[in-house]
Amino acid sequence: MTAVPYDEALAEFEPVIGLETHVELGTASKMFCGCATEFGAEPNTQVCPVCLGLPGALPVVNETAIESTIRIGLALHCDIATWCRFARKNYFYPDMPKNFQTSQYDEPLCTDGYLDVLVAGETVRIPIERVHLEEDTGKSLHVGGATGRIHGASHSLVDYNRAGIPLVEIVTKPVTGTGTMPAEVAKAYVTELRDVLRGLGVSDVKMEQGSLRCDVNVSLNRPGQEWGTRSETKNVNSLRSVERAVRSEVERQAFRLRAGERIVQETRHFHEDTGMSTSGRSKEEATDYRYFPEPDLVPIAPDPVWVATLKDALPEAPSVRRLMLTKELGLSDNDSEAMVNAGVLDVVLATVEAGTSATEARNWWLGHLAQSANTAGVDAADLPITPAQVARVVALVNAGTLTAGLARQVVDGVLAGEGEPDAVVVSRGLAVVSDEGALAAAVDEAIAADPDAAEKVRSGKVAAAGALVGKVMKATRGQADASVARRLVLERLGVTADLS
Amino acid sequence: MPEITREEVAHLARLARLALDDSELDVLAGQLDVILGAVAQIAEVTDAADVPPTSHAVPLVNVTRPDAVVPSLPREKVLAGAPAAEDGRFRVPRILDDSA
Ligand SMILES: [Zn+2]
Repeated sequence: MTAVPYDEALAEFEPVIGLETHVELGTASKMFCGCATEFGAEPNTQVCPVCLGLPGALPVVNETAIESTIRIGLALHCDIATWCRFARKNYFYPDMPKNFQTSQYDEPLCTDGYLDVLVAGETVRIPIERVHLEEDTGKSLHVGGATGRIHGASHSLVDYNRAGIPLVEIVTKPVTGTGTMPAEVAKAYVTELRDVLRGLGVSDVKMEQGSLRCDVNVSLNRPGQEWGTRSETKNVNSLRSVERAVRSEVERQAFRLRAGERIVQETRHFHEDTGMSTSGRSKEEATDYRYFPEPDLVPIAPDPVWVATLKDALPEAPSVRRLMLTKELGLSDNDSEAMVNAGVLDVVLATVEAGTSATEARNWWLGHLAQSANTAGVDAADLPITPAQVARVVALVNAGTLTAGLARQVVDGVLAGEGEPDAVVVSRGLAVVSDEGALAAAVDEAIAADPDAAEKVRSGKVAAAGALVGKVMKATRGQADASVARRLVLERLGVTADLS
Repeated sequence: MPEITREEVAHLARLARLALDDSELDVLAGQLDVILGAVAQIAEVTDAADVPPTSHAVPLVNVTRPDAVVPSLPREKVLAGAPAAEDGRFRVPRILDDSA
């Protein structure tokens, strides 16, 4: 055992956490060139001299990326710079073709904001240090080692489609006072931030596709003492993992500190499969980036009048919409917080907007869809089903075309990529059968298979019909309209149907 | 005057992935000293005249383009300049030493 249990660790030490979140903007073109940004395109088909860093190529700033970054800053209550520059961050890595990343250094577009998050019924204010704009790197595929790991690889293959996609980095100040819940606070922050970004429409914020990525900093100190040395865990790519990464780091550091060891300032890599992190680059290899102002790009000076109009046009914050959801839709605080914690608030709202009741939307997103997400190891909001599709399934249930069980099968079909709900109903043959002719044979078989039950019904014990209806449902793989099946069973046995 | 040490030159060379031998380190340390001295002279003048540091030679701001997609390069051309390619990707030597 090389860890102290979480609760025990936090009874003894005070945590300080920090989060750096990278968000790929959803612009049509890249940050400094007109290459497309489509996810999943064939390797190296969305690249040009600018994003490949070929000699003589000159970058030009994407104006929508600037606007999106400022809107993010405004939503996080930041000050917006009136004048700032891009800077070159110099280092060598194969996924970065220019040998420098165009980023921002001491002049970020947005500074000094905050985001309020709800944790266990309490509002926690997370201070934001800065929001700046940079470009993403390419993607490496490691060949020859075990399961694509960089260790043991014989060589790597690089795809630069992602290189140059606008990337916004959102950095918190050190967050203190999270007491016994640093992991929960970290998860709540990233969840809330994702909802804010989705509400702004600036990114598709899909953690499993890497358009939202997190680095988690953790340090521990004994009460009353100075902050401890922090570690930085990279590669945290799901909401669940944000929580797991903080938790495992608290447990690991507490063990070291208790043993009288020192915490090494280092970069750690998080592994989704084990929920643990391993040591990466250590201090002696830490890089000197030699930032300097990017000579190929002139400064950005956002017009304050324009910034004011952007501010006025911001959508309601998720926290405000959550209040609305709770009050107007009559959902309980518990339901509301459950949705926030599951990261499904926005999709629930969108599902309601697409025509369902609040309860129907809640039941799907906290029920079958939450289970499907859990099985698939993704966040529910990232499942390949849209709120409109969920609303359509609900409408089919309400119209009597689907039973609850059939509806789940339709949803599974949509999740499996079989198309729209109506198409899945047809292709899987899932509609409720209420046609009496089509059910008659199943009714006769059910009666023949269970003469005892049939006799009881004939003698007036109508409740015994339930077993026969169950057989009809089973024979039709759940597709029979249960009320029609029941009426047919009773009629066939000479009992007047009582449908009340 | 600035005095740049051999160690500093060696550090910079390592960051820039330049292989320099001992005699080159000595030569470059001297040359960098001269260059930094020249820059320091400019700083003396601009500080005295209260001129803010300049990063760009043109008095422009906000040179941007609309967010519109333009065609990328055909992949054959993209990979034509690569020392090696495989499966439509740039092939690069292994990134980590396995001693690490
Ligand atoms: Zn490009």
